[in-house]
Amino acid sequence: MSGRIFLLGDNIDTDQMAPGKYMRGGIDMLAAHCLEGVRADFPTDVRTGDVVVAGRNFGVGSSREQAAEALKHLGVAAVVAQSFAGIFYRNAINLGLPVLVCPDISALTDGAYVTLDLEAATLILTISGDTVALDPLPDNLKVLLADGGLIPHLKKRFAGENVR
Amino acid sequence: MKTTLAQKIIARAAGLDHVTPGEIATVKVDLAMIHDSGGPRRVEPILRELGVGLFDASKVVLISDHFVPGDTDEGARILAMTRDWADKYEVAFHDGQGICHVVLPERGHLKPGMLVVGGDSHSTTGGAFGTYMFGIGATEMAGVLATGEIWLKVPETLFVDWHGRLTEGVTAKDMMLATCGRIGMDGGGYQAIEYTGEAVSGLSMQERMTLSNMAAELGGQAGLIAPDAVTAAYIARSGGDAGDWNWLKTDTGAPLMAHHTMDAASLEPQAAAPHSPANAAAVSEVGATPIDVAYIGACTGAKYEDLKNAAAILQGQSVGSGVELLVAPASRRDQQRAEQDGIMAVFETAGAKILPNACGICAGYGTHRLGENVTCISSTARNFKGRMGAASSYVWLASPYTVAASAIAGKIIDPRAFLAVGGGAA
Repeated sequence: MSGRIFLLGDNIDTDQMAPGKYMRGGIDMLAAHCLEGVRADFPTDVRTGDVVVAGRNFGVGSSREQAAEALKHLGVAAVVAQSFAGIFYRNAINLGLPVLVCPDISALTDGAYVTLDLEAATLILTISGDTVALDPLPDNLKVLLADGGLIPHLKKRFAGENVR
Repeated sequence: MKTTLAQKIIARAAGLDHVTPGEIATVKVDLAMIHDSGGPRRVEPILRELGVGLFDASKVVLISDHFVPGDTDEGARILAMTRDWADKYEVAFHDGQGICHVVLPERGHLKPGMLVVGGDSHSTTGGAFGTYMFGIGATEMAGVLATGEIWLKVPETLFVDWHGRLTEGVTAKDMMLATCGRIGMDGGGYQAIEYTGEAVSGLSMQERMTLSNMAAELGGQAGLIAPDAVTAAYIARSGGDAGDWNWLKTDTGAPLMAHHTMDAASLEPQAAAPHSPANAAAVSEVGATPIDVAYIGACTGAKYEDLKNAAAILQGQSVGSGVELLVAPASRRDQQRAEQDGIMAVFETAGAKILPNACGICAGYGTHRLGENVTCISSTARNFKGRMGAASSYVWLASPYTVAASAIAGKIIDPRAFLAVGGGAA
């Protein structure tokens, strides 16, 4: 499935994705304000399958996983960034949202259509057919993503333990 | 083989003789700390879905701080469900006693060499006690609560090595803002930061906690300080037992990812401009920016010693006209101690407003938030756009000394002028 790129800058913090003011509410409320302080069109325009592309240190700040959850709730298919803050990175994988490091994002322009090939760790630009290399995920994280996140993964594990 | 403090703790928790940076290790968790925001309300539905309880209730500590004092209907409901959960699982629960990162060591829960996870990004604070403590999100925390285990990629270690001694009016907060300015918010690369050197050894535990706390702003997974006699004495006073801590140090010659050398003796009070802790510069260089609000709060900047430093400036002074000084002591115990020592009276006489022992404006979850176009100077750790209130508000970060001095002057100012006046020696 292809989606559009929403291109963002460096150091996009989790307060922007899940603003403190709305943290007492549910995910619908948080998602409705996701990244509105960075670009106002994001929560209203983003569609299922779109890809967030960003610069360095995406997800810096608070450990609130509603940051990753809000992106997933809005249908974001993946986040591709030059680097991620550690806690956000783990949260996203745990929630089943693919997050991939892309050392060179210069070919990725705002609004361009792309398709993610998770297995090959590439982004394919729809119009030109060009591919952009992503860093492959470590094996343990591939397993987590393939299971759909940490909860389904643990369910499998507990079911296995019960069988034994 | 020469190894780092981080490697030693992780190897112990993994049940291995040795771990190598870059390898994935599964470790047993010695303690899990959760709070009212990422805790019960988020983990309970997952535990139910998995159909399991806690791996070990005696290794779980719950602290309410984010929605305290429950000044919204939803916040009050979240606090009520937090209390019910504590009863149901019979975990150690500190309710309304202050901010988790300060309450946890204050109540003797931390011991050098432990592997600890916390459901909050400033969980790095525990590193001041020689524990490998790091922050995780709620789903991952639910996994820890269910299994008692977590995976991590064994980190490289980078030293932030402080030569010399701090001068009067310069604090751990200034050290951290300067470090953020030097290596940036991703300078830690999600590896282990270890603070070393004469200036670090010379700090009290609460000041060391400020260093470890802001490892989060450097992008470190952990912010470690090797335990010493100061650590052991604090733990003993808190009713804990430091145990054998002599093995908890990085071997001389162990491979490091980086070794940043900083000079404490020449460090001046720092201020970080909106909207990043990395926008740090000496206060003497930033110019006299007018302020509307001065905030002394958070795990970073409202512990007993932070309050004491601010009061040293505010003694016999009053808050400038048009400026609001807000003080939210980080824990109830720290506030009580400050009351006994006359520190709280100094704040009240100076015209400060005292807020509850909770995350308060720093988390921005409650009704206290910065209004449109307000400029604030704050002793907290983060000045991201809109975090503490309106997107149009501006937050400068500084030490409690500098925040207090700026509250009097109505503009950002070097606090040392006030200390010289108060001490009678310039």
